[in-house]
Amino acid sequence: MGFPVKIPIGKWIDLMVIWLTDNFTAAFDLISKVVGFILLKIDFFFNWIPWPIFICAIVVIAWLISGRKVAIFSAISLFLLGCLGLWAEGMSTLALVTTAVFISVIFGLPAGIFAAKNERFNAFLRPLLDGMQTIPSFVYLIPAIMFFGIGNVPGTMATVIFSLPPMVRLTTLGIQQVDAEVVEAGHAFGSTPWQLLVKIQLPLALPSIMAGVNQTVMMALSMVVVAAMIGAGGLGYKILYSIQRVDLAVGIEAGLGILFIAMVLDRILQGITKREQKAILRQ
Amino acid sequence: MNQKSSTKIRCVDLWKVFGSNPERVVDQWATFDQNITKTELLDKTGCVVGVRDASLNIAEGEIFVLMGLSGSGKSTLLRCVNRLYEPTYGKVFIDDQEVTSLSFQELRNLRSKKTGMVFQHFALLPHRRVIENVGYGLEIQGVGKAKRESKAMESLELVGLKGWEKSYPHELSGGMQQRVGLARALATDPEILLMDEAFSALDPLIRRQMQDEFINLIKVVKKTIVFVTHDLQEAMRLANRIAVMKFGAIQQIAAPSEIVLHPKTDYVAEFVQDLPKVKFVTAKDIMETPDKWMVKPEYSITEMTNKMDQEGIWYAFLVDKNQNIKGVVDYRMLTNGNGDKNLKAEKLISEFPNERSDTFLEKLVSLAAKSTIPIAVTDKQNRINGVISRERLLDTLST
Ligand SMILES: Nc1ncnc2c1ncn2[C@@H]1O[C@H](COP(=O)(O)OP(=O)(O)OP(=O)(O)O)[C@@H](O)[C@H]1O
Ligand SMILES: [Mg+2]
Repeated sequence: MGFPVKIPIGKWIDLMVIWLTDNFTAAFDLISKVVGFILLKIDFFFNWIPWPIFICAIVVIAWLISGRKVAIFSAISLFLLGCLGLWAEGMSTLALVTTAVFISVIFGLPAGIFAAKNERFNAFLRPLLDGMQTIPSFVYLIPAIMFFGIGNVPGTMATVIFSLPPMVRLTTLGIQQVDAEVVEAGHAFGSTPWQLLVKIQLPLALPSIMAGVNQTVMMALSMVVVAAMIGAGGLGYKILYSIQRVDLAVGIEAGLGILFIAMVLDRILQGITKREQKAILRQ
Repeated sequence: MNQKSSTKIRCVDLWKVFGSNPERVVDQWATFDQNITKTELLDKTGCVVGVRDASLNIAEGEIFVLMGLSGSGKSTLLRCVNRLYEPTYGKVFIDDQEVTSLSFQELRNLRSKKTGMVFQHFALLPHRRVIENVGYGLEIQGVGKAKRESKAMESLELVGLKGWEKSYPHELSGGMQQRVGLARALATDPEILLMDEAFSALDPLIRRQMQDEFINLIKVVKKTIVFVTHDLQEAMRLANRIAVMKFGAIQQIAAPSEIVLHPKTDYVAEFVQDLPKVKFVTAKDIMETPDKWMVKPEYSITEMTNKMDQEGIWYAFLVDKNQNIKGVVDYRMLTNGNGDKNLKAEKLISEFPNERSDTFLEKLVSLAAKSTIPIAVTDKQNRINGVISRERLLDTLST
């Protein structure tokens, strides 16, 4: 038996997207240019640095933040990535992830802060974030193509949409979790809202915010194959290629490449989170 | 105690109701059953009463203690003073400034300059060193780093934490952390200290020690203090006056001994019934006016015995015109005389119990056990202020 009413919501959204593309071409062009520029520069930079220097730099950073074990682990992982013959692709993927995370933080942090302070905004944002995370990521590709065409930029934008929610959520959570008495103390000594934010709330929310960055990075990495479907390059493209050709060898190698990058980033970021936590919690 | 100078903090008809549409509860309160319970009120209105129609005056330099069981509204009332909670109705004044009508900017100014606050769980900033914690208020005022640190150091010295300035809060014990909290509140040199259960989170032993130190400290730094506690003993030790609260309303405001001796409501009476009276009641609270007990040097023996007959007393104090006690006369010694008309020096007893007006009942009782002569209460110039007879002591102890 058929349903009495058919709601053509897809059609409406389609119309809206078309209307947006028609009327805001300039805005999308601008976004496209800015994102494309950032992406290009980062990509160029990562691919320009000779690999020994890059690995050394990561090792130093990992050592300082997370200790010796993580430093050694990072060195081996990155070296293996190169040995798989995937250094250039790896760097391109890293550039895409870095750009997407950068944009996610730029927008996610303020949005998260505002949501923590404004219950209404939070109530509005929550279902939106849920949607962004649960709607299959392929669906983003269509408007991304319509707004930004084919290539690395729409790939990055689709990645941003997918990886933004944890950044917002964990920022909000972190700020709301700051001990109420400490916030009260801030007020009691006459802090302005801004002083309260930068001197008390943000520093105390930092572990949570860093956990948000970490999750954002992981989400972004998980999007690289999908992003490749609309023309993003790097390891994601390799995997897509292997699926199309049913080439297990290429697929496995590229998959390992993503795994190496993911683990290195995760360990280093976890190190930061732990350090912040230690600075804030007792013991 | 000498009557106080000026009023520092004044609350007038203050209400704080939590929930939606709280004004309605204030307006309609008179129509409610006056014995309504918290849950009934919540069911009926969806609101919780924090403070109910509280009015009080706190004098400059006074230690004013807010007392009551958990949920009675002490913290809420305290937070209405610096508007951490926005009162639902009523006014708060500090000096002559109406706090409840200040703009946010003015309010911030008041909070950073005039009031300091100490919290139950210390509320220190865990990511900052002790000295940066203590300097927080000054930092908010925009004081430069060098000045801030020197003031913070002074403040840390006051609370006995010199040498710990570079530590982080979590490296300190609870007692030390609260000293940091206290130092932070003192660093801006505020006129008013608001203290919410400041010592309640500490072990009994440390708490006691902190109370002692605090009493000494505030002799040095003169502040008007509003102190919240649910610990009656603590209230009794620290307070100049105590306000006892129940379900948001103030039951009685009085000096500690007054609360113990003359509780105004059954609730207060129940509250203080387990208190050892001897530790809180002072000579001043129970002494009689001295006139009845005084004879003058120019009296003849007959005049003396007549007066003592009249008053029905066995002893009288011989008091000169400067109100100084010259000695005590004993009725029996006077009457078994050998017909002397005037008092002879050997009949004047020069050893008698003599105490100041702030002596506690505990000591008075032990004195009375040693001597049958009533206790004279004198001031610094040795003038007689009052007399406490044994009957009077027994009366006090038995009620
Ligand atoms: N922010 C708030 N929102 C809602 N209700 C509150 C709030 N703060 C306090 N109350 C309620 O107001 C009443 C008085 O609370 P208050 O904290 O002032 O009590 P208290 O005397 O300080 O108790 P305690 O000794 O437990 O600290 C309580 O019933 C409490 O539930
Ligand atoms: Mg309280």
